[in-house]
Amino acid sequence: MAVSLREYRAKIKSTQSMKKITRAMELIAASRIIKAQQRAQAAEPYARELTRAVSAVATFSNVDHPLTRETTDAGRAAVLVVVSDRGLAGAYASNAIKEAERLTEKLRAEGKEVVTYVSGRKAEAFYKFRNRPVAQAWTGFSDQPTYDACKEIADTLIAEFLVDTHGVDEVHLVFTRFVSMLTQTPTALRLLPLEVVEGSEAPAEGEMLPLYEFEPSASDVLDALLPKYVTSRVYHAHLQAAASELAARQKAMKSATDNAEELIKKYTRIANQARQAGITQEISEIVGGVNALADATAGSE
Amino acid sequence: MAGSDKQLTVSLVAADRVVWEGPATMVIARTTEGDVGILPNHAPLLSLMVDGVVDIRTPEGETWVAAVDAGFLSVADNRVSILSEHAEMSHEIDLEKARHDLERAQAAGEDNGAATEAVRRAEARIRAVEKAG
Repeated sequence: MAVSLREYRAKIKSTQSMKKITRAMELIAASRIIKAQQRAQAAEPYARELTRAVSAVATFSNVDHPLTRETTDAGRAAVLVVVSDRGLAGAYASNAIKEAERLTEKLRAEGKEVVTYVSGRKAEAFYKFRNRPVAQAWTGFSDQPTYDACKEIADTLIAEFLVDTHGVDEVHLVFTRFVSMLTQTPTALRLLPLEVVEGSEAPAEGEMLPLYEFEPSASDVLDALLPKYVTSRVYHAHLQAAASELAARQKAMKSATDNAEELIKKYTRIANQARQAGITQEISEIVGGVNALADATAGSE
Repeated sequence: MAGSDKQLTVSLVAADRVVWEGPATMVIARTTEGDVGILPNHAPLLSLMVDGVVDIRTPEGETWVAAVDAGFLSVADNRVSILSEHAEMSHEIDLEKARHDLERAQAAGEDNGAATEAVRRAEARIRAVEKAG
C-alpha cells in the first residue's frame, strides 16, 4: 500500500469536515431561496400594475417617446450582465457570462460597438482578468437586490441611452431566469428601446382597458411611467437572478455533499484494507517467526 | 348594482411589496395638479403623484395614512391602485428618524437636487405621522 493507514484516516477526516461545510451551505441556500421567491412574488403586483398603466397609456396615445424610439442604424449597444457576487454555485455565473459573450459576438457581427456593464462581482472579475473594459460595475447586492440599487443601474442605463452624441442606441440585459428549482436558464433580452406591449405580465386578451383620463397629460404620464417601467424590469431581472443563484448554489452544494460522501466511503474501504493488510502481515510474521524458532530448536535436539 | 359598488378597492403598492390593500370609501392623494379625492364610481383616471401623504378612509370609519414617494395613481372600475417606489404606513414610520433625516437633509443644503428631494420625502413622512396621530 503506497499510502499508510494514518494518511487515509487524515483524508477521511478532512473530507468529513468539508462535507459538513457543503451541507451547511446547501441548507442555507435552501432556506434563502424561499425568501428570494417571496421577494420576487412581493414585487409582482407593482410590475403588473405598472405594465397595465403603461399599456393603457400606449393604447390611448401615440407612443412616441425617446425611450421607445427605434433607431435603424444602431452603432453602439450596451449589455448589462447580471450574475452573482459569490461563487460556489456551480456553473451559474459562467453560464450567464457565456450567454453575454454570445450576445456580444452577435452584436459585433451586426457591426455594433458593445459597451459592457456588469452587476455582480463574478462578472467584474471575469472581465478584469481578461483585461476587457467594463463601463461600470455594481456589486454587493446579488443575493438580496434592493429596489434602490436597481434604480441606480436603470438610471445610469437610461441616461446613457438618452445621450444624443456618443450614447448607446440599444440596451440589452442578460440574466438568469428562474424556471424551477432544477432549471435556471440564462436569458438575454432587449431592454431599450422599449417594446411596450410585450412582456410576461401583459394584460390578458380580451380585457378591456377603461378610457382613462390623464393628469396632467398623456405624454407627461408616459414620461414619468417609462423610466419606472425600465427600473421595474431591471429589478425583476435581479430578483430572478438572485433566486437562480441560490437554486444553483443549492444544487452545486448538494452534489458536493454527495461526492464527499462517496469519497469518505471509498477512503474508508481503502483504509480498512490497509489495516487488514497490516494485521495479516503481522500474523504471518509471527507465524513465520514461531516456525523458524521451532525449526531451530528441533535441529539442536 | 349592489352595495359593493359603493366601495373602492384600494391597493397601495411599493416596488418591493404590497403596503396596504382593502376596501375604502374615499382616497385622498396629492397629484402634480393638486390634491384629489377619489370617491366610488370615479371616472377612470391615471395621474402622477408627488411625494406626499395618501389618506384612505375605510368603510369602518378608520383613516389610514401613508407617506409615499412620487409615483402614480390609477382609478378604474372602483379599483384604486397607488404605485410608489417607496411607501410607508404612518404606524411604520419612525418619527424620530424622520425628524433626524429632515434635519440632516436641510443641513445638506437646498441647492442640491438630491437634498431637496430628501427634505420633501422626510417632510411627507412627518406629515403622515402627525396626521394619523
